[in-house]
Amino acid sequence: MALQTTKTMSEERAPILVGFLTMLRKEVTRVFRIWSQTLLPPVVTTSLYFAIFGAFIGSQIAKIDGFSYIQFIVPGLVMMAVITSAYSNTVSTFFGAKMQRNLEELLVSPMPDWVVIAGFVSGGVVRALLVAILVLIVSLFFTHLIIFNLFIIFAAAFLTSLLFSLAGLVNGIFAKSFDGISIVPTFVLVPLTYLGGVFYSINRLPPFFRFLSLGNPILYMVNAFRYGFLGISDVSVTVSFEVMIFVTLALLIITLWLFKRGSGLKN
Amino acid sequence: MSDGTKPAAIKIVDLKKVYGTGVEALKGVSLTIAEGEFFALLGPNGAGKSTLISVLAGLAIKTSGTVEVCGVSIDENIDKAKSFIGIVPQEFNFNWFETVIDIIINQAGYYGIPRHVAMPRANELIENLGLADKRDTQAMKLSGGMKRRLMIARSLIHEPRVLLLDEPTAGVDVELRRGMHDFLRELNAAGTTIILTTHYLEEAEQLSREVAIINNGSIIKQGSVKSLLANMNSVTLLLDTVAPISTAELQLARALPITRIDDTTLQLKLAPGETVNDYIRKLSTIGVQISNIRNNGSRLEEVFIDLIQKD
Repeated sequence: MALQTTKTMSEERAPILVGFLTMLRKEVTRVFRIWSQTLLPPVVTTSLYFAIFGAFIGSQIAKIDGFSYIQFIVPGLVMMAVITSAYSNTVSTFFGAKMQRNLEELLVSPMPDWVVIAGFVSGGVVRALLVAILVLIVSLFFTHLIIFNLFIIFAAAFLTSLLFSLAGLVNGIFAKSFDGISIVPTFVLVPLTYLGGVFYSINRLPPFFRFLSLGNPILYMVNAFRYGFLGISDVSVTVSFEVMIFVTLALLIITLWLFKRGSGLKN
Repeated sequence: MSDGTKPAAIKIVDLKKVYGTGVEALKGVSLTIAEGEFFALLGPNGAGKSTLISVLAGLAIKTSGTVEVCGVSIDENIDKAKSFIGIVPQEFNFNWFETVIDIIINQAGYYGIPRHVAMPRANELIENLGLADKRDTQAMKLSGGMKRRLMIARSLIHEPRVLLLDEPTAGVDVELRRGMHDFLRELNAAGTTIILTTHYLEEAEQLSREVAIINNGSIIKQGSVKSLLANMNSVTLLLDTVAPISTAELQLARALPITRIDDTTLQLKLAPGETVNDYIRKLSTIGVQISNIRNNGSRLEEVFIDLIQKD
């Protein structure tokens, strides 16, 4: 082993920009490298929903606010795929890095905490948005898409993927075992998504259950997204965006605080 | 230890670390290491070596005290302080599914070095550390020694001013260890401050100029290797005899500070001021001819054990 001592890297270093781009590149490469685990499953699952609830059962269900049942559930099912993909991406990459200890590569680097957080979250957002596009393409085999407001569609999808990427990161920070990363998706995310107005309008629920549904943050995301497509919503679209922004900011503050304290990250 | 003429690469004052479990891993450690030094931090398992390294690298949060890296306080600008440090931890801590080149290039990115700038340096490190034919191999497929060299290459990609090595040659075969020693010596000669923790005291004796011995979270001895060895109470030597030692010869030698190890090996404890010549002469007069003289392990090891037992 010999060492050449010539210094080769005199250029200015940019831990924020280059650091973030390195993490983003790594995350996106991972999403495509293991596409059969990251992109394919939500497409297959949602296709089944389209076929069973949309085409087979949906054809026997009356129109909702003037739209066929499959047209009504497509935005909700896309949002369900976005939520699952964003959450599972960050929780698995972060927890994997923690278990393999390669999280230390990031912790010893001069990247500020917020850049590390942004790097992990970017992977979740990219995967969720890719899944959304793929699921929307598949939906074209079952119905035709109506687009009411493209900006609202994109804003709702982006904010939701950001929110659940952060939520997955918080889960990954606290998780100490593989059980710890599966409990929340199974017992919290899935029930909240199913009860978040994906398959029905809450206006058709008895008053008590309608009131209960208003406490479910996923309801607002699904309705904002649906509004972007169909121009209809069970709740105010402004309130929906306010809820999404508030929860995202709260999760961001919690994540930054956990990184600063080193909880679940450092000794 | 800084001699006051060179700036300090590391300056630690009254560093304490208490873990959440209540374990007091560092009990007020103060240490100054000059730039360009080759420094060994020695101590038994659980003494606090790895905790100290972790605090310096930003992997553990200190409870109190101050730490400066190349003049930058970790309380004031931890990100800048971290940019000066390269670390080779005790445990493998890379993504097992990534290739050698990706692991190194990604690490460069985390330090703000773009790929096109880092690539030539990464290739040079890979070549110098004997990993050229494994450049595109997944980390999980490397042997133990290769994984350790990969961690060294990764730690050097951003040309750190201070290199922290936590047991870098653990589980590495003799030939590779020698190669790594040469590499580290060259790196140090080129100006990199090296801080090494090791269980191989012979390694510390061969490589480092300055040593600190830590036990139960406190530094119990610090100084140059030369000064530590000069203050040794005794030196233990092994003497190989030409022929097996007879019982009669052993009886005659009983007045000497000599112990029989086996038929052809004697152990001699040399007190300060004594010379080995005196004993060779005395043994010769009773008919014991010496064919070879060896150190009984590392001399530093004797100092180490003596200090740990006293502490």
